[in-house]
Amino acid sequence: MLIQLFYTFFKIGAFTLGGGYAMIPLVQREVVDNRGWIAEQEFLDLIALAQSAPGIIAVNTAVFVGYKIRGIRGMLAAVLGAVLPSFCIILLIASCFTRFRDYPAVEAVFKGIRPAVVALIAAPLYKMAISARVTWRTLWMPVLAALLIWRMNVSPVIIIIVAIMAGVAFVAVKGKTGSQQDN
Amino acid sequence: MLYLQLFISFFKIGLFGFGGGYAIISLIQHEIETYGWMTSQEFVDIVAVSQMTPGPIGINSATYVGYKACLTAGYSEWMSVLGSVVATSSIILPSVIIMLIVCQVYLRLKDNKWVAGGLASLRITVIGLIAAAALLLMTGDNFIDWWSVIFFALVFFGTLLFKAHPILLIVLAGMGGYAVYGPLELDRFLKF
Repeated sequence: MLIQLFYTFFKIGAFTLGGGYAMIPLVQREVVDNRGWIAEQEFLDLIALAQSAPGIIAVNTAVFVGYKIRGIRGMLAAVLGAVLPSFCIILLIASCFTRFRDYPAVEAVFKGIRPAVVALIAAPLYKMAISARVTWRTLWMPVLAALLIWRMNVSPVIIIIVAIMAGVAFVAVKGKTGSQQDN
Repeated sequence: MLYLQLFISFFKIGLFGFGGGYAIISLIQHEIETYGWMTSQEFVDIVAVSQMTPGPIGINSATYVGYKACLTAGYSEWMSVLGSVVATSSIILPSVIIMLIVCQVYLRLKDNKWVAGGLASLRITVIGLIAAAALLLMTGDNFIDWWSVIFFALVFFGTLLFKAHPILLIVLAGMGGYAVYGPLELDRFLKF
């Protein structure tokens, strides 16, 4: 069972491109459909928590699936399986890349890639804002957060703490959450 | 002590990294800038490599930054590998602790209005974190000329309008970069 857990998450870690969100359907197929380790409803509840909790979503998912099935040892097997492929691949690349980086061809390729990466980060913002239910009334929150980090060099950690406290304070004052208010 | 610094930084990133890969980028950026572990260019290169290789961005960058920070500080190759072990396990540790607790109490947490309220405003604010990550990377290091702006625009609209796959876009941008800058770089290389 431990080896199966390790193997399942190793496979998912080794073959899913795009990280957390992309791997959820794969985990579901393996854990719920193929092996029947966890019931579907419970899986969906826990996935929602894995996304809301801090940390890497893939790791969060591995922790709860592993722990549900085989306790602490299951958790370790699943997390190790999920992390090991990326760890090895990146280490390999890191040790080669530091040597290749100064080659003119590599440098030329990366000169094209760098602005592309920035675009890849910026492009999904609008869709994410829609799914997080940002409205005209709450738009100032992400805008202010971005400005504080970008221009004032404020630590994102502080922004996160303040955002959580503001959300809790809102509930205390209005008795309901901000997103309910907006609906 | 570099290992301790890496541990504290990546534990913090794991603990406050809400909202998945791109939101975590802005936290990693802040730590890198604070300690001067690498340049903004090198960091973008890691994000590019992370996109093209399997695995979560958080793990990929922790592994890479841990290795690179040690190497830059003059550690040997194996000591640098240890650095990437430290960084990677530190970013995982908070997840493990928090998810273990959450697993125990999740039924009570699920409908708790305080938790829901905190998370609601967090979800909105995290968008700003991602925007900041993009803005912080819009520097002269990564945008060197008008070609950069063109590459940016093509990938931006390629993602937005055609939902093109990120790996395809990175490969195309790399080929574009080779076509535009290849002859130039080779020229400079030969002069040395």
